[in-house]
Amino acid sequence: MATGSDIQDVSMEEQLERKRRPLDTFIVGSLFIAGAISIAITLGILWELGSESLLFFTDEVVSIGSFFTSTEWSPQAGSFGIWPLILGTLLITFIALLVAVPVGLSAAIYLSEYASARVRNFFKPVLEILVGIPTVVFGFFALTFMTPLLRSIFGSTVGFFNVLSAGMVVGLLIVPLISSLAEDAMAAVPNSLRQASYGLGASRLETSLRVVVPAALSGIAAGIVVAMSRAVGETMVVTLAAGASPRNFSLGEDSLFGYILSPFEGAQTMTGYIAITASGDISYDTIDYNSIFAIGLTLFLMTLGLNSLSRRIVKRFRQEYE
Amino acid sequence: MTTTAPEKQTRDYFPTEDEYQKLLGRRTRFGHTVRLTLLLMLTIAVVGLGILLYTIIDDSFGLVAVINENEPEDILAAYGYDPATTTLNDLNKEQLVEVLAGSVSSGVGRRLERDQRFFEDRLVFETQEKWDEVCASDDPPAGCDGGVRSKGNVVDLVQERVIRPDIVAASGLTGSILNPDRFKEKVQQDFVDNPDNYEPFTYEDVRYTWRAWFSWKFITSPASDRPEIAGVRTAVLGSIWLVIITVLFAVPVGVGAAIYLEEFARPNRINDLIQTNINNLAGVPSIIYGMLGLAVLVRILEPITSGSLFGEGAPNGRTILSAGLTLGLLTLPVVIISSQEAIRAVPNSLRQAGMGLGATKWQTVRSQVLPVAIPGILTGTILAVARAIGETAPLILVGAAGFITVSPSGPFSQFTALPIQIFQWTSLPQEEWRHLAAAASLVLLVLLLTLNAAAVLLRNRYSRRLT
Repeated sequence: MATGSDIQDVSMEEQLERKRRPLDTFIVGSLFIAGAISIAITLGILWELGSESLLFFTDEVVSIGSFFTSTEWSPQAGSFGIWPLILGTLLITFIALLVAVPVGLSAAIYLSEYASARVRNFFKPVLEILVGIPTVVFGFFALTFMTPLLRSIFGSTVGFFNVLSAGMVVGLLIVPLISSLAEDAMAAVPNSLRQASYGLGASRLETSLRVVVPAALSGIAAGIVVAMSRAVGETMVVTLAAGASPRNFSLGEDSLFGYILSPFEGAQTMTGYIAITASGDISYDTIDYNSIFAIGLTLFLMTLGLNSLSRRIVKRFRQEYE
Repeated sequence: MTTTAPEKQTRDYFPTEDEYQKLLGRRTRFGHTVRLTLLLMLTIAVVGLGILLYTIIDDSFGLVAVINENEPEDILAAYGYDPATTTLNDLNKEQLVEVLAGSVSSGVGRRLERDQRFFEDRLVFETQEKWDEVCASDDPPAGCDGGVRSKGNVVDLVQERVIRPDIVAASGLTGSILNPDRFKEKVQQDFVDNPDNYEPFTYEDVRYTWRAWFSWKFITSPASDRPEIAGVRTAVLGSIWLVIITVLFAVPVGVGAAIYLEEFARPNRINDLIQTNINNLAGVPSIIYGMLGLAVLVRILEPITSGSLFGEGAPNGRTILSAGLTLGLLTLPVVIISSQEAIRAVPNSLRQAGMGLGATKWQTVRSQVLPVAIPGILTGTILAVARAIGETAPLILVGAAGFITVSPSGPFSQFTALPIQIFQWTSLPQEEWRHLAAAASLVLLVLLLTLNAAAVLLRNRYSRRLT
């Protein structure tokens, strides 16, 4: 028990000194470590992608030059050119954006500028449910609904595995992403701008398209770029619906729209290659094992580039109001 | 222009009444058209979702064409019952076991009995001496525990082992209701076109029955290579194990990191780096986390993740522990970001009050900030976990094994998970598997919907309390 005399015994300086609390120090230390684990994850990703890719590029059958220039990817035949896989990824991303940008933007404009509270309360949960559905279910949907539908419309020119079906379903998957990011951007536009526009006699449409959308353009563009990065990294839909054979091509010989960019044929993507190669019982330190890390590194850099691009857009073009 | 006449200026800048009405009409019509177009686009998203759900439900139920290796009527007649008045379900357990024993080989029978006994007081396939010997061994079979098969279980066994139904074709729900004859014609046509596929059976052997692919039995049956009896128990249990490990890793670490960043971190370079890094990690594709799991958890940390360090023996690191931790790494940034938002939403007055009473920073956080932030943290965590349950790509990378019928028994078991099961069934060409994939998707969606509903309820309760 502390009595008055106890306190007297302690010198003034000691009383004023900051009390040491080992428990608090320990807890804050642990919390810092929890935060620092995220750095360890990033370092782990970089290290593992880098070191395995290095093994891949130093393999005698692989040359780093042909990896970035060759348009043939046939691991069995020893040709490792990444372009067919990038082509597949870009084709599907392009088709997905073709679907998702008009739908997502319209949804955002309608919900933010037109819809009454009741209409919003109906549509918002629908979009939220769409976000929550696992991508493998979208893959099932692509294969059992979208592909047969396309084949009944366009006939047998549409392959059983084709990038159109995969791209459209990936598009449906990223609609909520675009619409929610664009809606956030438009909600951040101050009401005074809208009121000024109405005051000048503009209609609701003119206000939305000529005042609100331009004012929110940076946020909208950033959202589209994020959605694009999501489409590039999407795995299950493309693995199931776009097939497992890379679209090897030769720029001089193959027709550009008949084959190279044809939406009706299958094309393996970067993510599809990684998933299919790893789903077998893959043995370590083989050329196949190392190759998925080289592809993974390319994929990682692509998505990282897109994500930082979107942040740059927001930072650079953000308009500060009030 | 100053030189222009005033009347001319009026004509240039102000339309006449007629022109004005026309322009106004055009503007209004254009506005209406665009508004309708926007609504139409929004409807496309809703219709997309609707068709997706419809496809899954449509494939989860419907008519199937079955060929029984032995017709139930023949079996009943062979054992002296009247097929016109009796069905298999009318027999009692003794009679059913008799039917079963008359049809399966003694080896199969012994295996069934070792899995679970038929009767408490007597053995059907085993001799008492052999039974005692097996049960006294180091690795006694499950049947030694003394549990007894129920009558329903024996009916299932008779179905599976004696009648041996084989589904030759299946139809969706709408097709089965609206146009069952078309389905039957299609099956009949296929018998005419490819009779070799069905040898030695003919179209006369086909029976049509309704089948709910999505049923309680489907959820509780283990995986199988026969679509007639395959279920998702193994996969559901695998998913549950994964969630447990994911939560055990991601929640303490994620909430800890969020507390640090919101309450303790001074704005210096390291802390800025951590924050930027977390935002970047949230955008990394899930398959990259799978590769991290494969290279680090499965391969380098194999002694730990396979359990060999602790004397448990999985043959390699492709275990529940590896996969759960991979999903944990994947969910971590999401948990951190949503927890940060919840902590940020706690009013500053609470912190000031705590500090003003002389509490230390940690005491304030623990007893003032966290209790208020916990519902928000929980909501974010549930949503993050819901996302983790549906992740497929990282699990493929860390090697969720292809065909597993044994339920996982601990963190060092090999496993399969619901999304992996859906992926595998979807990639198989035969139609029956597609219906199983639909039913498994339905199980997954129901699970996720429950979690999401829990999150919404929590959020609503929380927001009510604050206002």
